[in-house]
Amino acid sequence: MTHYSAWSIVRNGLSGNRGWTRAWRDPAPKPAYDVVIVGGGGHGLATAFYLAKEHSLRNIAVIEKGWLGGGNTGRNTTIVRSNYMIPGNTMFYERSMRMWENLSQELNFNVMMSQRGQFHLGHSPAQMDGLRRRGNVMRAHDIDSELMDRAEVMRRLPYLDYSEKARYPIYGAMFQGRAGTARHDAVAWGYARAADRLGVDIIQQCEVTGYLRDGERICGVETTRGPIRAGKVGLAVAGHTSLLAAKAGLRLPIETHALQAFVTEPIKPFIDHVISSGAAHFYISQSDKGGLVLGGDLDGYNSYAQRGGLPEVEHTLASAMALIPSLSRLRLLRHWAGVMDMTMDGSPIIAKTPIEGLYLNGGWCYGGFKATPASGWCFAHTIATDTPHDDNARFTLSRFERGTQIDEKAAGPQPNMQ
Amino acid sequence: MIRLDCPVCGHRDETEFAYLGDATVRRPDPSITDPGTWADFVFLRDNPRGAHCEYWQHVMGCREWLIVNRNTATHQIDSCQLARSVFAGEATMAASS
Amino acid sequence: MTARRLAKGGRIDRSRMISMQFDGRRIAAHPGDTLASALLAAGEMIIARSFKYHRPRGVFSAGTEEPNALITLGEGARSEPNTRATTLEAFDGLVARGQNGWPNVRHDLSAINGALSPFIGAGFYYKTFIGPFRGTAFWMFCERYIRKAAGMGRAITLSDPDSYDKTNAFCDVLVIGAGPAGLSAALTAGRQGLRVILAEQDFALGGALLSAPPDAATDAWLSTTADELHSLPNVTILARTTVFGAYDGNVFGAVQRQWDHVAQPPSDEARQCYLKIRAKRTVLATGAFERPLVFGNNDRPGVMLASAVRTYLNRYGVLAGQNVLIATNNDSAYATALDLVRAGAQVTLCDARASVPQPLANELTSAGGVCLSGHGIASAHGHRHITAASVVPVDRNGRATGVTVRLRFDLIAVSGGWAPALQLWSQRQMKPVYDTENGCFLPVPDLLPDMCFAGSVIAAPGLSDAIIQGALAGGASTSQTAHLADTAPHWARDLHPLWCVMNAQDKPFGKAFVDMQHDVTVRDLDQAHDEGYVSVEHLKRYTTTGMATDQGKLSNVNALARMAQLSEKSLPETGTTTFRPPVTPVTIGALVGHDSGEHFHATRLTPLQDWHLRNGAVMTQAGPWLRPWYYPIGDETLDQAYRREAAHVRRAVGLVDVSTLGKIMVQGPDAANLLNLLYVNGWSTLKPGKLRYGVMLREDGIVLDDGATARLSEYDYLMSTTTSGAGRVMSHIEHLLATSLYDLRVRVTSVSDQWAAMALAGPASRDVLRAVSGDFAAALSPNSLTDAQVEGVAVRVHRMSFSGELAYEIYVRSEDAEDVWAALITAGAPHDIAPYGTEAMGTLRIEKGHVAGPELDGRATLRDMGMGRMASSRKPFVGSVLAQRPDLQDPDRPMLVGLEIDGPIGAKAGAILFAADGKTEGNGLGWVTSTTWSPALERFIALGYLGGAPERIGSTVRAIDFLGESTVMARVVSPQFFDPEGERQNA
Repeated sequence: MTHYSAWSIVRNGLSGNRGWTRAWRDPAPKPAYDVVIVGGGGHGLATAFYLAKEHSLRNIAVIEKGWLGGGNTGRNTTIVRSNYMIPGNTMFYERSMRMWENLSQELNFNVMMSQRGQFHLGHSPAQMDGLRRRGNVMRAHDIDSELMDRAEVMRRLPYLDYSEKARYPIYGAMFQGRAGTARHDAVAWGYARAADRLGVDIIQQCEVTGYLRDGERICGVETTRGPIRAGKVGLAVAGHTSLLAAKAGLRLPIETHALQAFVTEPIKPFIDHVISSGAAHFYISQSDKGGLVLGGDLDGYNSYAQRGGLPEVEHTLASAMALIPSLSRLRLLRHWAGVMDMTMDGSPIIAKTPIEGLYLNGGWCYGGFKATPASGWCFAHTIATDTPHDDNARFTLSRFERGTQIDEKAAGPQPNMQ
Repeated sequence: MIRLDCPVCGHRDETEFAYLGDATVRRPDPSITDPGTWADFVFLRDNPRGAHCEYWQHVMGCREWLIVNRNTATHQIDSCQLARSVFAGEATMAASS
Repeated sequence: MTARRLAKGGRIDRSRMISMQFDGRRIAAHPGDTLASALLAAGEMIIARSFKYHRPRGVFSAGTEEPNALITLGEGARSEPNTRATTLEAFDGLVARGQNGWPNVRHDLSAINGALSPFIGAGFYYKTFIGPFRGTAFWMFCERYIRKAAGMGRAITLSDPDSYDKTNAFCDVLVIGAGPAGLSAALTAGRQGLRVILAEQDFALGGALLSAPPDAATDAWLSTTADELHSLPNVTILARTTVFGAYDGNVFGAVQRQWDHVAQPPSDEARQCYLKIRAKRTVLATGAFERPLVFGNNDRPGVMLASAVRTYLNRYGVLAGQNVLIATNNDSAYATALDLVRAGAQVTLCDARASVPQPLANELTSAGGVCLSGHGIASAHGHRHITAASVVPVDRNGRATGVTVRLRFDLIAVSGGWAPALQLWSQRQMKPVYDTENGCFLPVPDLLPDMCFAGSVIAAPGLSDAIIQGALAGGASTSQTAHLADTAPHWARDLHPLWCVMNAQDKPFGKAFVDMQHDVTVRDLDQAHDEGYVSVEHLKRYTTTGMATDQGKLSNVNALARMAQLSEKSLPETGTTTFRPPVTPVTIGALVGHDSGEHFHATRLTPLQDWHLRNGAVMTQAGPWLRPWYYPIGDETLDQAYRREAAHVRRAVGLVDVSTLGKIMVQGPDAANLLNLLYVNGWSTLKPGKLRYGVMLREDGIVLDDGATARLSEYDYLMSTTTSGAGRVMSHIEHLLATSLYDLRVRVTSVSDQWAAMALAGPASRDVLRAVSGDFAAALSPNSLTDAQVEGVAVRVHRMSFSGELAYEIYVRSEDAEDVWAALITAGAPHDIAPYGTEAMGTLRIEKGHVAGPELDGRATLRDMGMGRMASSRKPFVGSVLAQRPDLQDPDRPMLVGLEIDGPIGAKAGAILFAADGKTEGNGLGWVTSTTWSPALERFIALGYLGGAPERIGSTVRAIDFLGESTVMARVVSPQFFDPEGERQNA
């Protein structure tokens, strides 16, 4: 396999680019593996990679019903941040951030982690108080965070609406300088290539249709390409977690919702940071290709359709223009949706399930992309050692029954009730 | 844009409605004190891909709670009924059986 | 360069001249032109530079599929990047600039990138810029330059001077596309009296008919059809309207460009209008895009779609070249060839098929053209404009079988067949099927019951077929349909699926572009395939093919075809990508419509808003509401004002607007039973005329809301909620009543908007109330209510205190609110009454330890708030079981405490609480929720949640604001700082 470097580019360029080898193999499934990870998105591939790298397992398969990286990994708005406040979240996402910072080197694949900084705007004194608490929790965990007043935000982001007409006046912002964006597809491909290099079989076009059982215990999966036995089965199929759990007889605290994303026609550099707002669930950044990438809120009803509805299109664009009025004459190029596992407290699940042999990684709500490295790392740890790492110890299934919801948005289990 | 045929108000855009989700879960009898029963009711969902029975409320209209049968894969609406008439019907059936 | 305007012909208004500018040069045009046709007529060949290699690009198409001719339109605040010259209607004063070139598109220094192309092919950036070191610094250094090089036009930061409209439309039949099929559908449906909307993105009706030479029969049909449609009152014709998206519920998004064909819209008119069209039925008559051929240098200015060449000739009177090579694999390009020959051009038609359609070929040769069968185009030559082409004999598989012959041409017109414009159908999660006979993807009829098709979108072979299909789609029975003779081949009859001539190594001859805008070549696709990016989506993402602003309208099928070759599969086995809305990019401003600036979200105002503003209140946001924050005297700051106002309430009397509180009438024989279920505390003992404070939980046992509920009479209760909780509490109650408490005889009604409310608070409040309402009201005992009058206006007075002072809440019909408020202010003057705002209200409630928004944070339990004992153990209530979950009972959970701070600096809300000494890491012991200067205690105080609270009462903790770099020492006390026995409010 080619090692990627500037030299490899030059050498291959001079020889007509005919020397590139496959980034990953296309193996047929073997009858049995030590671990089968279901789901070839960022989380599943990362899990396989860390199982091989950190836990020296070699007999691992990732099985994917479509093409790898084809779910939410390839549909999100690519934001990476670690500004979480509730115990259980804070250090998990910071672990992820620290992994992101060296991920390109770890994978020998440029995932384009760009720490361009994120501004989260506050629009009232109460919102600023909330941001202060969040920022203070971050700082107490040695995570970078700054609170900026209106004048400072105005200096840094002059194109926002500071006029009297602004519906939500800007009081200030919380800024995390290490936050930013990464290239979503590159994360899936980079993990796939690195995992493949460690001997992981990545099997695409292979859908799980059921489980192999040994009594109560799960000991493999039935697939469209035949049964595959496994010592342990890990699910990393966010968006479809409930469906695969249901096949094992598990009901989960999860609803599947469509979350939309938007991109404008490409323009020359205009927005150099990630900007989000407390006025609406909204964020914006500019991709390296030049398109402004906008993220909005859920469409608000259960959906597996991977496409969005008009009301949220209007609302997201209105949010964008409320912050940056001059976007008015730009054009929307494309909008699409991913389907999210929304848990009943807004936080994920990385845990052993009550069913022996079955491990669950899901419930990523809005925030799965940024979690990818730590999610894979912690899930690998949980699968390999049968105990959670400290950083995912709270992401259990039992927390709902026990009363330790990790409710960052404080919306409760009926977040849609208005 | 989803359009619901509210039994009171007629066809209206989804923007007039609020959504609550799974309408197959039933609130346990208030006298039940088993935490597991309540946790299941509050937190667990079937979340199917396909036919889904769910609560909507016509908040910007008649404020009725509705029980809607909708396909979560295609968003096609199969039925839209008043929750109170559905439950009243169930109660009547239970009483008569 | 030999493109020129012919002396006559075309559907332009030659009697009038239009003056435009491109890159500072004057461009003449006529009404009816597009910018592209005028640029061609003016001999402008290089209009743009490509995204990556900065190759010179000209006009390639004549429609929305244009990948190359993108310009920046307008200047200053009306500047608009990435505008397609091919769909931009010419108008007097139009100013356009080339983009992505420096110093300009004709001479662009970045063209050097072309020389680097071996090193910056598919996915190169994934393989380098990783850097020799750990961390992201090296990539971010490189990224800065990559970002500058990327992008296309430049965005502006000036506010848009134009406005936009948003409207709703309803119809029985929505016809999308006003070509022959769409016109026919609209006419048929219109004649039946149905409400019809006919949407056409062009400024003229007619579709492909506009590209045909003037012909008596078709032109007469077009004009009579259009006239009749215009005359039908039930038919709405929307020209210049792009239907960009198909959504659930048969709702379509469309944008009408009402005033984009003038330099500046009239001052009272919206520039564009966004329509949400709810259609019972839709006819898709969206036509088809011609599929380009791929060959070496196929992106050079002077290579165009054959149909576009015909459009420029017949519609705009522009002959795009004098010596033309037409390369085709189907019949449709013969129409272009014939029209060109008749217009005086020399034409060589190179048909890849071994057997050419004899009648057409004969017609062409007898008119003076040359027809080569079994030949394909290998490559184009020329840098800034093509000068020659290499043609070569090909076999059935597109492999070159002989030597290439280089011939001089100044225009290459290509046709690789047609791709139906089925985007809108596909957006509804529909997968098209590949039809080998027509060589294209076609929609599957009847999958969407309310959408049907007519015309080229379902490969109608000829004009009369399209018209008949349109009539049927419009609701006609077959016998009613009119026939019209075909004037030219409209569809790719007898297509031979050959899209790229390959050499013996199965490679194209030279740099052959699949996606022109994104500079994706066949070699890029091949390399991606070699590297294992074999699925459609991988290939698309790795090479970025089909992801440019043309959304792959021209590139997708050719990319799929190459993939099929590489993987040795058939094209249908290879798959398709999903089409995403919008079909063509639409202006953000249009989709936002009026919902910009202050109208982004609705603002709620209390009935007393005018009074507050007249009396100098500074307002603040409280959710959707605007509320008085403070009423400064002179140049008082917020700090000075709230301290004065709060002290004033404790000393004299103040008046505050609390109309934003939620108010819900709960009525019926079972009202008390409902309250018992909703609130943690009991309601059975509350007597009529009395009030009680209550707390409700969510189903999961976390506190939902709080407030006082009054029993007005035996079966009537008035519940109050917090401002922000009003809507949610109402829905919560309605949900319980509809789904599980349906047996209760009780009704709930929101009366929040019907009632205004104001709190009269302070030692002198009784005197003020007596002055306006008499002794009876003033004699109210605590937690009681009564009807009363103020200046003849009926009010209800609740004796209830949030401030801790003797206080009354006065409820009044909203329309009478200001009269009552003014009467209280007047009557209170002798007692020195003063209005106070939310900041002072906050101070007063913090002094009393009452919870509000920052403490009711959606995570706290009743016990956390120190109110655990309030919960009744004798009845079930919402959340009663789950509130007992084990982790919620953890004695270390943070609980509400008061914090007293000595010294000149208060604690910040949001500061973290740590023990007085030791490490300051992690989540600490808790956090500060609300903070104020207490005029009553003459020190800073705060509320907060603190772990191990009971043992820490009396001890000192540190409140650290890392962000503001401040640490204050705070003494932990009970949250009831002031008058804990309540002597003042019960006085």
